[in-house]
Amino acid sequence: MLKDQDRIFTNIYGLHDWGLDGAKKRGQWDNTKALLDKGRDWIVQEMKDSGLRGRGGAGFPTGLKWSFMPKESDGRPAYLVVNADESEPGTCKDREILRHDPHTLVEGCLVAGYAMGAIAAYIYVRGEFIRERERLQAAIDQAYDAGLIGKNNKNGYDFDIYVHHGAGAYICGEETALLESMEGKKGQPRLKPPFPANVGLYGCPTTVNNVESIAVAPTILRRGAAWFSALGRPNNTGTKLFCVSGHVNQPATFEEELGVPFSEMIDKHCGGIRGGWDNLLAVIPGGSSVPCCTSEQIKDAPMDFDTLRGMGSGLGTAAVIVMDKSTDIIKAIARKAAVSARRAGKVPAGCGVSWSAWSRASPLMRKSTCCSR
Amino acid sequence: MAVRRLAAEQPESFEFTENNLSWANKLIDRYPAGRQASAVIPLLWRAQEQNDGWVSEPAIRYIANLLDMPKIRVLEVATFYTMFQLQPVGKKAHIQVCGTTPCQLRGSEDLIKICKSRIAKHMHEISEDGMFSWEEVECLGACVNAPMVQIFKDTYEDLTEDSFNALIDDIAAGKEVTPGPQNGRRFAMAEGGQTNLTEIEDGTVGEMPRAHLVDGAEKASHDFAGAAINAGGNDYDGVPTPAEDAVAKVRSEFAAKAEKKTEAPAPAPKKDEKPAAIKEDQKPVDTKKSDDSATVAVEKEPEILTGPRDGKPDDLKKLKGVGPKLEETLNKLGFYHFDQVASWGPEQVAWVDSRLKFKGRIERDGWIEQAKILASGEDTEFSKRVDAGEVASSKSED
Repeated sequence: MLKDQDRIFTNIYGLHDWGLDGAKKRGQWDNTKALLDKGRDWIVQEMKDSGLRGRGGAGFPTGLKWSFMPKESDGRPAYLVVNADESEPGTCKDREILRHDPHTLVEGCLVAGYAMGAIAAYIYVRGEFIRERERLQAAIDQAYDAGLIGKNNKNGYDFDIYVHHGAGAYICGEETALLESMEGKKGQPRLKPPFPANVGLYGCPTTVNNVESIAVAPTILRRGAAWFSALGRPNNTGTKLFCVSGHVNQPATFEEELGVPFSEMIDKHCGGIRGGWDNLLAVIPGGSSVPCCTSEQIKDAPMDFDTLRGMGSGLGTAAVIVMDKSTDIIKAIARKAAVSARRAGKVPAGCGVSWSAWSRASPLMRKSTCCSR
Repeated sequence: MAVRRLAAEQPESFEFTENNLSWANKLIDRYPAGRQASAVIPLLWRAQEQNDGWVSEPAIRYIANLLDMPKIRVLEVATFYTMFQLQPVGKKAHIQVCGTTPCQLRGSEDLIKICKSRIAKHMHEISEDGMFSWEEVECLGACVNAPMVQIFKDTYEDLTEDSFNALIDDIAAGKEVTPGPQNGRRFAMAEGGQTNLTEIEDGTVGEMPRAHLVDGAEKASHDFAGAAINAGGNDYDGVPTPAEDAVAKVRSEFAAKAEKKTEAPAPAPKKDEKPAAIKEDQKPVDTKKSDDSATVAVEKEPEILTGPRDGKPDDLKKLKGVGPKLEETLNKLGFYHFDQVASWGPEQVAWVDSRLKFKGRIERDGWIEQAKILASGEDTEFSKRVDAGEVASSKSED
């Protein structure tokens, strides 16, 4: 079981000051310049060595993604875009970072931006997270005032951070749709290639990362890739914010080691399944885009990318939706299908989820006796 | 997907308050030159707040003008993004109930029943007393605090039928309510108590949400997250560095480098022949300065006319990127003909650019190339469409 000393997000319940003073006391912004002084290549290598896989759902290695950015500018600026469009049903982890521990993200933007040669970061916060983006802006203002970011800052790398927001469109969580939205258009996915690392925001090289992937970076660099990779399991290293919703006694968001057994996690952090373990019907372990697992499958499973993928499901955003035997599973799945249909229905091409696919899927699900694959 | 249309009844006009306009102008600086369209969502959002919680058709036109965007593009954005309310909402509160699976599992259907019986039978209808409206929305991202609703900026979480009824009662009675979990728990912490982070001690204490009045979107727009999540903060007050500065720096650095590369083989022989060249090499700082100014480009006034030749101006709207407004501006500056535009060099472009509201568009839309073709009497793809009346933004306004 993960110890507090190994937790990266130390204020997700807002018990302490979210601002710069509190953040500094909790170890953030501690000699960030020394990290940058080690150079771009060192940072990217350290991130690769840490084994960090993207926390936005796909689990792509973060360090590798950063290394795709051009080493030298061809006259175009490069951008870091942070995906804070947290709208995958069940997912509410970035919310806690944005409103209670925003400096982890602000510092992460500087470090990641430097590592990829970006001139600025745009943080795209979903439209509904109004207080969250206000908090984030306040944290950024503090960082500017303290000379930690901006022109001629103390950390020696000119870098700006801007908050941007959407206005209610699930599809904007897809990175190219997010870029379209940022450019003031409807959020409809672009065809790839070209990939954002070549042609992204405003036609410039761009890396799009999830909030959590960026926010963990400074701590990983400070404590070392070896520390991070020693947590979790091989190819599934480190810690992760889990958000457990649905039929548990005490739904909660918490940080745990990847690979923590499902039952242990539920008993320790969520007070067990409503009505006891025998009452467990099914679990959607990674946000509503991943297939659900039966109680037998999931009970002792380690919660990590590879295990869950092996079970025909996925860790996704680690948004665990628990359903007990009172659940009309068909209704629950139809409801999540309706979300995708309603939200992605406007998307003609380029997106993996189309309205027609979902409308076909839904009646199929109604016929099947169980949702497990 | 429900059809999203503008309301049948629309107000006469819309314009930002002085405060909101100055806020908007600062916000545009977050995006590089020529990319002001990026600001469309934040501006529409502020317009919705100011307009008592909904976006009107005049507001869409107003923002299109402000950002120099075709109106249809702003209309597209307003109708695509579901947080823009296209019809009036309840005077006190518009309640958004999350109905997605995690909330559904914990009773959001009961909340919707309450909305139907207490507010209005259908979504987006206003209650008889005009005070409330409601809609069911997709996941609002507070799943561990399900079921929950959002009212303007704030969320009210961990609701039961009783606490939701009480919330509506209190808002209706003009009593203060407190956002966040309604069952006394702390944010996303497990209800039974802390299971982790017990060893973290930094000597500071975080604040809980504060009780406040819910009384319409306009009122809500003046409170910002600060010490508490729903109070004590400031409105966004502009960026210390406009986004364009850093972009210009990258471009000028690159241009300087490129120039050095092309010059690189030359200096050696030059050194022997011309002492002046050596001098330049020894002063890299000076070289850089001149490079900078070369890429920024000195402004030079182009040929300007006091009126169109023979009183017959060209239709500058045939240039892609030029609408009636911009044509008027160009006419005022003394440009009436394609051949004038076609003759601009970089210095003249800089001169004109600095006199336009949004920079960079001459280059971006390729005016000069287009003007050369049009001046020679030929058509461009775009001008053919204008002639055929297919381009609404190029029609003269009535």
